[in-house]
Amino acid sequence: MESTVLRIEKFSAFFGENAVLKDIDLSIPRNKITAIMGPSGCGKTTLIRCINRMHELTPDAKVSGKIFLDNEDIYATDPIIVRRQIGMVFQKPNPFPTMSIYDNVIAGYNLNGIRLAKDEKERVVEESLRKAALWEEVNGTLHRRGTFLSGGQQQRLCIARALAMGPAVLLLDEPTSALDPKATSHIEELILRLKDTVTIILVTHNIAQAARVSDFTAFLYLGELVEFGLSEKMFTAPKDKKTEEYLSGKFG
Amino acid sequence: MREFPIRRRILADKTFKIIIILLSFACILPMFFIIFFITSKGISAINWKFLTQLPKPVGETGGGILNAIIGTFILVIISILFSVPLGVFAGIFLSEYRKGRFVYFTRLSIEILQGIPSIVIGIIAYTWVVVPMGSFSALSGAVALGLMMLPVIVTATGETLKLIPDSLREASLALGVSYPRTIIKVILPAGLSGIVTGVLLSIARVAGETAPLLFTAFGSPFMNLNILKPVNSLPLMIFNYATSPYSEWHTLAWGASFVLVALVLGLNLLTKFLTRKWKVQF
Amino acid sequence: MADYSNADVLALKVDAKTVNQYKFVMSESSFRKILYLAAICVLILLVAIFFSLLLSSLPAIRHFGLGFLAGITWDPVKSEFGALPFLIGTLATSFLALILSLIFSLPISIFLGEYFRHGTASMFIKSMIELLAGIPSVIYGFCGLFLLTPVIRGLETKVGVSPYGVGIFTASLVLSIMIIPYSASIGREVISLVPSDLKEAALSLGATRFEVIRKVTLPYAYSGIFAGILLALGRALGETMAVTMVIGNSNFIPTNIFSPGNTLASVIANEFTEATGSLYLASLIELGLVLFIVTTIINVIGKIIIRRMGAGV
Repeated sequence: MESTVLRIEKFSAFFGENAVLKDIDLSIPRNKITAIMGPSGCGKTTLIRCINRMHELTPDAKVSGKIFLDNEDIYATDPIIVRRQIGMVFQKPNPFPTMSIYDNVIAGYNLNGIRLAKDEKERVVEESLRKAALWEEVNGTLHRRGTFLSGGQQQRLCIARALAMGPAVLLLDEPTSALDPKATSHIEELILRLKDTVTIILVTHNIAQAARVSDFTAFLYLGELVEFGLSEKMFTAPKDKKTEEYLSGKFG
Repeated sequence: MREFPIRRRILADKTFKIIIILLSFACILPMFFIIFFITSKGISAINWKFLTQLPKPVGETGGGILNAIIGTFILVIISILFSVPLGVFAGIFLSEYRKGRFVYFTRLSIEILQGIPSIVIGIIAYTWVVVPMGSFSALSGAVALGLMMLPVIVTATGETLKLIPDSLREASLALGVSYPRTIIKVILPAGLSGIVTGVLLSIARVAGETAPLLFTAFGSPFMNLNILKPVNSLPLMIFNYATSPYSEWHTLAWGASFVLVALVLGLNLLTKFLTRKWKVQF
Repeated sequence: MADYSNADVLALKVDAKTVNQYKFVMSESSFRKILYLAAICVLILLVAIFFSLLLSSLPAIRHFGLGFLAGITWDPVKSEFGALPFLIGTLATSFLALILSLIFSLPISIFLGEYFRHGTASMFIKSMIELLAGIPSVIYGFCGLFLLTPVIRGLETKVGVSPYGVGIFTASLVLSIMIIPYSASIGREVISLVPSDLKEAALSLGATRFEVIRKVTLPYAYSGIFAGILLALGRALGETMAVTMVIGNSNFIPTNIFSPGNTLASVIANEFTEATGSLYLASLIELGLVLFIVTTIINVIGKIIIRRMGAGV
């Protein structure tokens, strides 16, 4: 039995009075790739934004229930600390436009005022870029602006930036939906290799991608967790009718 | 049925367009006259002595505008100190908070402040600084100019920051960076070009202002580096010399006008250049 | 793609429990308080300006009451202060300047908003307008004094009035050039905001461009253009230096368009430093208060109209 890194218990999220997530119970296994799927509006982005406590930045946002990261209640900790332990990569690549590639990777340290010795910095930058499969392509131009890279490269830069903080969990919010197929496959290969060092939660509306990449899959519908299990089993023999309908494309 | 013949309508259409074009280009005329006369009359007065000497008493030939140049410089620097910190933070406020009565009234106040006639600002600076101090001073002049710069900087900052996409802020927050740090170290640098443009434009506006200085900085024929004493400025000098009866002073005024116009237009060009070069793309 | 180190765990792991290594940590709430503080400062500034003006004019307000605004004599020697000459001077110069400027600013708005929205002609005229707006007021006054007044003097001799050269008319001319950019840029914005499907509907019915402008564009943009006029008016009312230098500085009610006169702003500029006695000073400041109130009202109305039209910021 794999160990659980993230435990979500009876968790609900609201915008004002409107419940976007209802009583979610979910255990995310360590060092595996868990895909979160469902039609638009099912709450999958909201769910991961609750995990790194970004949901509460919206005015009128409320939550109830608990989420435990390594047995610590993340809603009882300072959100800043939570966010440093959980990394996020967004749908549209968003490297910091005023910073070089080098500075983008260690942005997490610089912006937080954490001083690193020069050789430590260099090591973090190189390791993160290597893990994000970007080192070979940029190591000669580390001091150029990050915005000169292609879309796929920018997204890998964002992954490197998140990895540099050494998070336990990496949240990916539809990371390839803004990229072309070639860049998408690069990122998918990368994700597969990363799971040894970090737990990955991948939100995607691309069923084929989830099937290719994930070990476990959670299916959300209208804010409720309909089914969760091994991806292999779910994609071949889903237990719930709704899951089956979604997978066969009956609704999007 | 009465109907205008088509030919007449087409003629009217063409004539209208020509009239519009002519009247629009007519605005070049005053521009041309002003630049032409200032250049032709002013440039003959400009030489090294002009720029580096102090004005001479009436009757003596020669003399320069050094104290006015330095004075303008001093006034601008101090007014920046007053207006930029407050202006940038108020601008950040307006870009972060959009709804509510307090925000509305703040916005309204900025708009009203922007429209206050410069002579009234002069009265205020007089009441607030000159009266308690008991004398005219560069400080009071800088307060007046700072009040005039403030709304421009607030608006420039607010509008620039509003244009920065949320994704930047989210990227920073997701790294566990605190909100104040996100604003200061990520959002503000991204909007720097717009903010600096706003500051430069307000400097250009304020460097040419005379009215608020008439009874605050007051002007002086001497060089003065003490901000608690009166100081001269280019526009003040131009006003005083142009309205004087001495023709030598008129010549000095043309020369000073040339310098002032060159300064103001130069700042405007610089702003345009910076905006193009420096603007952050998202 | 073998450029990654597979099993390497990042040796340096952030001790996530350490909030910061810098000694200075600003909390979110403190920062937000600073932002609110900045906004409050702005509000307080405005309120303080109004009350300062009010308080400083109190001696005059108490002494003259509302009759101040109708008083026709401004005589510092006798301590008789009435604002009417300046109210008339201000209104006369501003409205005349407004009408004169409209002759040029409205065509410019149409030029930039309809005919030449992009391209070199557009950039050229736009730059000209910006230049006009950028020239300091004292320069306008200087050029007006030395270049324009001789011309006006010639005109006055022909017409048969006293050849002052300076006066209400000269001041209005200079002022009109200065306020062209304000109504022109707002006019341009509202005209370019007129929905193109409206214009195309008219064109498809066979109207000429001129007719479309006359019957569709301008009526639609009317209130925005009006707002631009208001803002230009606000600017004209408060304009000081250029007017002071060419208006002739007389404290009597102007009798005709070529008379010398004074505006609220120009009399303050002229007499403030020589004002002796608290009543004199208070009266001047009361003039400033009137100026403040009038320009504020006009500017606010103009801005409200513009916001309703969706233009501007």
